[in-house]
Amino acid sequence: MIAARALSKRYGDRRVFRDVSVELEAGGLLLVTGANGSGKTTLLRILARLAAPSTGTLELPARETIGYLGHEPLVYRELTALENLTLFARLYRVERERVGMLLERFGLWDVRNQRVSTYSRGMQQRLGLCRTLLHDPALLVLDEPANALDAPGLELLDGVFAEGRTTIVATHEPERVEPFATRRLAFA
Amino acid sequence: MRYAQDTWALARKDLLLELRAKETLPSMLLFIIAAFTVFHFAIPHGTGVVAARGLLWSALVFTALLGLTRAFVAEREQGMFDALVLAPCDRSAIWLGKTVAVLCFLAAAEVVALPAFSIFFTGLDGRTVAAVALADLGIAAVGTLFGAMAVAGRARELMLPLLFLPMAIPIVVGGVGRYLWFLALYDAIFALLAWASFEYVVAET
Repeated sequence: MIAARALSKRYGDRRVFRDVSVELEAGGLLLVTGANGSGKTTLLRILARLAAPSTGTLELPARETIGYLGHEPLVYRELTALENLTLFARLYRVERERVGMLLERFGLWDVRNQRVSTYSRGMQQRLGLCRTLLHDPALLVLDEPANALDAPGLELLDGVFAEGRTTIVATHEPERVEPFATRRLAFA
Repeated sequence: MRYAQDTWALARKDLLLELRAKETLPSMLLFIIAAFTVFHFAIPHGTGVVAARGLLWSALVFTALLGLTRAFVAEREQGMFDALVLAPCDRSAIWLGKTVAVLCFLAAAEVVALPAFSIFFTGLDGRTVAAVALADLGIAAVGTLFGAMAVAGRARELMLPLLFLPMAIPIVVGGVGRYLWFLALYDAIFALLAWASFEYVVAET
């Protein structure tokens, strides 16, 4: 269960948003939409425990049970896919078998020993999804997860949504996520 | 045990990144050798040993600053702090891993720089080498903390020298005077402070 009540966020004199409340049941998917600069990313960072709200209350799972994918895939570009996932597997105490399983699932096994800097943006996004799912998070927070993904990549993303994990997604293309959404939040 | 494993995994990552990118260490080496060369021609012959030591410590501090400026480049450009702070490792392990990596870069640069100093200026005794080793600990500990603080701010290129250089003055004083006890005390106090305060540097805002 995710609950956020009367959230607001300010950076100095600039108000990003105010009085936002969100509730999401376990296994539900919250679809967040809105124009550029409306505060979607800031809200997602707050719900991923990466930023604190200026006011309001939050009920969120523990930090280490959250999987976050931002605008960047959050992987080291000069490391290989295998090295990136092995690093995070060590930090999360995840078995190495899961690294291989995710690389295979997201079609990156054959390029696992190539540096991420040689990957296309879509491949980097797939790797970002692998990193996000590595520790089998209780809550997924995905900011524009469809960025740069090709058709097979988008199908893989649909598979992630269909897993029934508690998920929060911000996107400019809500049509793809809509069939999985159980709650909606639209920023003006 | 887990803390040590996390620290090593993070330090290993930084060493691997440098091995691949080869950006930090070559710049540090080039800078310190160039600085010694300039000092060699700028300073008149017969300059005293203490003055020469002053040049050594000035060059070391600015070389370290160059390395520290690049210490968090990957985290800044690729947004990696977000991924690291969500991991269940102690946040101070992020600082310690980075400090170990910075220490390795400094040591590697000095393996070349100290013999070069002996050639350009005057020979180095064991006490000076010990002072450099102790100073490296303090520089890496304090500099890594300030490097992380600078990454979070706006004028980061300006912020790091502004934070780091005043804190490096005691290191230069201790280094030129070869006060080993003073450098060891500096290391102990500021490494502890940096270790304890890193949590707040990367805390959510």
